[in-house]
Amino acid sequence: MRFVEEYRDPHRVAELSKLIHKTTTRPWTIMEVCGGQTHAILKFGIDRLLPPEITLVHGPGCPVCVTPVSVIDAAVEIASRPDVIFCSFGDMLRVPGSNGDLFEARAAGADLRIVYSPLDALAVARSNPGRQVVFLAVGFETTAPANALAVFQASREGLNNFSILVSHVLVPPAMEAILSSPGNRIQAFLAPGHVCTVMGWHEYEPLSRRYNVPIVVTGFEPLDILQGIHMCILQLEQGRAEVENQYARAVRPSGNPQARRLINEIFEIVPQRWRGIGEIPSSGLGLRPAWRRFDAAERFRISPAAAASDADSECISGLILQGVRKPSECPAFATRCTPEHPLGATMVSSEGACAAYYRYRSHS
Amino acid sequence: MCLAVPGKIVEIRGDDPVSRTGRVDFGGIVREVSLAYVPEARLGDYVIVHVGFALNILDQEEAAAVLSLFEETSASGTSGNSAQED
Ligand code: SF4
Repeated sequence: MRFVEEYRDPHRVAELSKLIHKTTTRPWTIMEVCGGQTHAILKFGIDRLLPPEITLVHGPGCPVCVTPVSVIDAAVEIASRPDVIFCSFGDMLRVPGSNGDLFEARAAGADLRIVYSPLDALAVARSNPGRQVVFLAVGFETTAPANALAVFQASREGLNNFSILVSHVLVPPAMEAILSSPGNRIQAFLAPGHVCTVMGWHEYEPLSRRYNVPIVVTGFEPLDILQGIHMCILQLEQGRAEVENQYARAVRPSGNPQARRLINEIFEIVPQRWRGIGEIPSSGLGLRPAWRRFDAAERFRISPAAAASDADSECISGLILQGVRKPSECPAFATRCTPEHPLGATMVSSEGACAAYYRYRSHS
Repeated sequence: MCLAVPGKIVEIRGDDPVSRTGRVDFGGIVREVSLAYVPEARLGDYVIVHVGFALNILDQEEAAAVLSLFEETSASGTSGNSAQED
């Protein structure tokens, strides 16, 4: 496949690994924010190609993992209504709520459909005018353009039976929360390439300056990730802290202006709760007042569940998502907690750090 | 949900900017994808697709640059293009 295989070329990978060894003179800790990169790092064993001085820690960039318990509870409540067809990405079904998950709601009779895109949910609404169709709109900045367009299109077509349950998260405020925490040990970041295809990288410049950290916008193939790491190490070794772009084939400085314009028209920035972490100011998106008629929480009068705690009983995913612990340090890992019986959301999603460690490391 | 991948546009349908779609080939698997956010996309372009939406067109020159840049990198000891330069 073009633009994939050539970035996995073993010869180039080995050369780049050698170069990283040569460049590194001191210990450095680098966080990859995005779960897609965590997955690639474990799948291709990229962490094993690095000198022992380099520690990679895994960040909070997995939307499935950070969706709060209260949102799962609201989803289960809405999906269980007989007048509703509930549409969701497949990887949300096994995320535990305080009282079961969507998978169990379906077993109990909910009309739940797995979709690949919010546009599929829109199509379901078009062909079922007598039913209410609700889409579980989760994700980072990468998914926001799709959800914004679904709402825009529903309005344009006058679809009164379509709404979205929104739980959107933003990357830069989460990075800031990590950087400003007292125990922070992250010295550089790989910024998520696909988020930046939408948003560009200007939002990262004040973060890099204020906290004096190198931030390198990075792609998802082994060569991309190794090069992103190398660019971080060069900056650290030279005492620089700038935003650089490794993923120039996909990311422009200002991202995708059309996408940003529509996101900004439909959504506004709101405080957002992150599962296992808690509330982070200005770290989410909610529908603007002019579009709230498409808000499923309002349509079905779901009160924000103050009661539901976002901590999964014995799960330490909050610490894992902030790079404080590794999955293998959790006592439940691969014993009481497995992808078949997940105790926390980081074991559910294929991009969750616990699931990636389980898949690629628990048998080695 | 987050694994966005590059694919090649093999067919384009419609000219309404919001509902324009393309058939995109991901190494043999072809999917219908919204082109609402890449109005400049043409047949044969490679796009990054996420949850049914093309988010950007891959820059072929930059794509090749990463591969060759790395060779230069080994020689010169510097790497990457600074964001400030763009
Ligand atoms: S292994 Fe399971 S219980 Fe432990 S942190 Fe990961 S998801 Fe939570």
